[in-house]
Amino acid sequence: MTGLTGLTGTTGTTVLAAAFQKPTIDYGLLSPLLIVLGTALLGVLVEAFVARRARYLTQTVLSVVGIIAALVATVLVAAHLDPVGTSAGRGKVAVGGAIAVDGPTVFIWGTILALSLISVLLFAERTLEGGITAFAGQAAALPGTSAEREASTQGLEHTEVFPLMMFSIGGMLLFPSANDLVTMFVGLEVLSLPLYLLCGLARRRRLLSQEAALKYFMLGAFSSGFFLYGVALTYGFAGSMNFADIAEAVSGRLGAQPLLLAGIALLAVGMLFKVSAAPFHAWTPDVYQGAPTSVTAFMAACTKVAAFGALLRLFYVAFGAARWDWSVMIGIVAVITMLVGCILAITQSDIKRMLAYSSISHAGFILVGFVGLHQVGSFAGTELSSVQSVLFYLVTYGFMTVGAFAVVTVVRDAGGEATHLSRWAGLGKESPVVAGVFAFFLLSMAGIPLTSGFAGKWAVFTSAVSGGAWPLVVVAVVLSAVAAFFYARVIVLMFFSEPVGEGPVVMNPSLLTTIVIAVGLAVTVVLGVYPGPVLDLAANAGQFIR
Amino acid sequence: MSSFPWLTTAVFLPVVGALVLVALPSGGGARGAVLPKQVALGFSLVTLVVVGYVAATFDVGGARYQFTETHDWIKVFGAHYALGVDGIGLTLVLMTAILTPVVILASWHDGDEGRWGTSAFFAWILALEGLSVCVFSATDVFLFYVVFEATLIPVYFLIGGFGGARRSAAAVKFLIYNLLGGLLMLASVVGLYVVSARSSAGPTYLLSELSQVSMDRDVARWLFVGFFVAFAIKAPMVPVHTWLPDAAEEGTSGTSVMLVSILDKIGTFGMIRFCLQLFPEASRWATPVVLTLAVVSILWGALAAIGQDSIPRLIAYTSVSHFGFIVLGVFVLNSYGQSGSTLYMFNHGMSTAALFLVAGYLVRRRGSVLISDYGGVEKVAPVLAALFLVAGLSSLSLPGLSPFVSEFLVLLGAFAHAWWWGVAGVLGIVLAALYILLMYQRTMTGPTVPGVAALKDLNVREVVAIVPLVVLIVGLGFFPKPLTAIIDPAVHDTLTQIHATDPAPAVPAAAQQEGSP
Repeated sequence: MTGLTGLTGTTGTTVLAAAFQKPTIDYGLLSPLLIVLGTALLGVLVEAFVARRARYLTQTVLSVVGIIAALVATVLVAAHLDPVGTSAGRGKVAVGGAIAVDGPTVFIWGTILALSLISVLLFAERTLEGGITAFAGQAAALPGTSAEREASTQGLEHTEVFPLMMFSIGGMLLFPSANDLVTMFVGLEVLSLPLYLLCGLARRRRLLSQEAALKYFMLGAFSSGFFLYGVALTYGFAGSMNFADIAEAVSGRLGAQPLLLAGIALLAVGMLFKVSAAPFHAWTPDVYQGAPTSVTAFMAACTKVAAFGALLRLFYVAFGAARWDWSVMIGIVAVITMLVGCILAITQSDIKRMLAYSSISHAGFILVGFVGLHQVGSFAGTELSSVQSVLFYLVTYGFMTVGAFAVVTVVRDAGGEATHLSRWAGLGKESPVVAGVFAFFLLSMAGIPLTSGFAGKWAVFTSAVSGGAWPLVVVAVVLSAVAAFFYARVIVLMFFSEPVGEGPVVMNPSLLTTIVIAVGLAVTVVLGVYPGPVLDLAANAGQFIR
Repeated sequence: MSSFPWLTTAVFLPVVGALVLVALPSGGGARGAVLPKQVALGFSLVTLVVVGYVAATFDVGGARYQFTETHDWIKVFGAHYALGVDGIGLTLVLMTAILTPVVILASWHDGDEGRWGTSAFFAWILALEGLSVCVFSATDVFLFYVVFEATLIPVYFLIGGFGGARRSAAAVKFLIYNLLGGLLMLASVVGLYVVSARSSAGPTYLLSELSQVSMDRDVARWLFVGFFVAFAIKAPMVPVHTWLPDAAEEGTSGTSVMLVSILDKIGTFGMIRFCLQLFPEASRWATPVVLTLAVVSILWGALAAIGQDSIPRLIAYTSVSHFGFIVLGVFVLNSYGQSGSTLYMFNHGMSTAALFLVAGYLVRRRGSVLISDYGGVEKVAPVLAALFLVAGLSSLSLPGLSPFVSEFLVLLGAFAHAWWWGVAGVLGIVLAALYILLMYQRTMTGPTVPGVAALKDLNVREVVAIVPLVVLIVGLGFFPKPLTAIIDPAVHDTLTQIHATDPAPAVPAAAQQEGSP
């Protein structure tokens, strides 16, 4: 498109001073995102055109291939990131400043895609429900009606869950890489809306599942509203949506700026909701409990990774210069989150709720690392940086969470999954392998050495102390001891208690779930004994670019 | 010195043995099957041979740390896989290697009635042996911490899976107490990383490099507190000792031996190796408080022991009292006290092991732990009574038995530091006589109680298990030189490193005049 010189008709003064600049869209750098969204769109087409009987297989294969292709693309992008000037960051701000593809971005993309790959395998599991997926046959049929019974008899399946999941993954890839507020909001919504749907699609205990979906949707919509209000106020302060411009405005500000502070607070509310930090955590136990367990695994792992990546980018890049304003607030939030997560988990009687509160406490630990803000090069020694430690913790947390929820899917009784803790008594006798694996995941969550959970906690604590946040580390250490109590309680229940009634039954899952559990276990063991390579990879990610 | 990794062999041989036991075909894991027990005994004896070789070829006049192995582990953390023994570490490794086959032999039938099979019981014991050897020979703080926490797991399953009626609660109490201590130590370990990363050496956890790093005085004191609390819980010292009596009572006698004789030594060993060497100024600053707690432990443990009716609980409380002596010896910061306390750790291991195991034989026969259920056992089972007497006399430090030497040295060190600590310590000896002799009198002497009349005396296996302990107790009582020869140089090096000197002996003025020409 040329300039509008044609309007004047002459070669004299032109109406428009500057020609329209076509934005460069670096398709290459964005290829993982585009592949995932493309897979999602193909999935929708499959739903429209492929025969019902063939849909499950097609969708599963399509999703797996799509994620693997995106993973390969991520690796290629990571290998070709160029350094930016003399800073420690590498990468490029693409799409006219809307998306930043830098070291931390590709690390998070890789983590999300790896976790999504094993989550898809969980979604595809059919053996545990007797040849059918764990998702509702016909979501629109009201529970308890003949329509539902008919759908069940006919063996209907909602294979739309796969493209829904892919859309959500697309949003998760966009969210942490967004370099301006509107793109970030778009990413947030794209990742959340399919999740709201997925939470309501359980085959068993449908009312609980639909309740969970509704709660997630209502609270999520509210928090998105807060986020948007924060976006508006920040735009009002900075005059631009772009992080680099906001950072300039923040560092150049004079005096107290209520507009900025309010904007930061509201944006924080939106983000902290997504990572289930207290006091915005109330949705987590109900939603994790009600959603189908494979969706819970996907949510608990991938949403947190994406949300923490976005939180880091927003606060370090855009509001980094205002850190004395927000670090105390985040520190207090971290303490409350750890308190809520560790203490309330003790009273839980349902395994999924207990794991949800454990997730909340992990979010608290990650926030501790996040608050001890310092970047590579801000000190003379060779200490771990905050970004490095948070990225590493997210990897360890993701794999042990997916593994733990995968184990929850195989412990069943006549009514489906046996999630009440009393049903887990004596599991060690029934199946020592499953109980042993779950005990190992619990020990990893508790932070026992030689597990990946310990390495992650260690990294986060050291970077926090390096950054001067040692009171938080002391609180975190004490609360870890409290947390160890409820993890030990489950281990005692499994190994040292007699089964109640008939006891739990461990169904043999198909190869899919077995692979997921094996991968989770392998990563937890390897990262516990030899975390060096992944830590170095996180260090190589370097800094955020602007 | 050959470069064969003897220490790594000593660490991994029992662990491999544990894995072999688990992998044995299910016929071997059935209750009462003999093969797993023989395999376990075999592995522990081979480990003893390896450790014996290390002890025999240890060069007394040579380098401080010998048989060293250092490999990078996690570069980013500054963690290394680094092993090495000096005299103090070697003594404890030797003790572990000697005690494990004794425990396996004495616990031949203890694993049969547990929640899981015999294989599991002996596998956990072997795993604990391997991890303990690693703890005592670790020269990297991160490796030490990792293995320190790892030792909790075998003991937890040993207590919780095999033992008395309330073993589950005792196991959980043990786990939570020690985890809390471990987590406090984690805060200090993290702090050490930051301190070393900011120094010129870069982040490192090697002891040799860390002790060169200069620390701010207040930072060092806080880090010291983190380590010390963890070790005090482990030792255990009053007031964080309440997990030990429950654990010792509910676990089998073999488990209690592993727990008290080996695991608890990690606490006092850590005080010497880490508290003193890494934070010498802070150790000096904390000495008055620590010595007070040590004396309180001595007296409280002894008084509580006197009042017990349950034999294993009584022995557990005597351990609390003995560990008070050991900590007293460590923190008086002179060579008598330190040599005495290291020797004490070895001797206490032997004598308490003998006490627990013989008491275990007794309890297994009668089925009750209560003293009031026994009486006049020596008429019915004289060999058992005799071994019990020897073990008891060693616990009260009768001269001629090895614990006397160590107790004497510790008290000498206490007196040299300041006389009132010595006086308090001596009171402990008097109380020790009370608790041991009263227990012996009530259970062994007097008229034979009806429940005891049918007791059988010890069989050959049970006697053979205790004999090495008795030989060591008596032999080292008369000739402690083999041990003191390796301990003294290490103690001397430690004290030199922390700039502590022995007080000059006070010579009376009259003798001086007579002595001069």
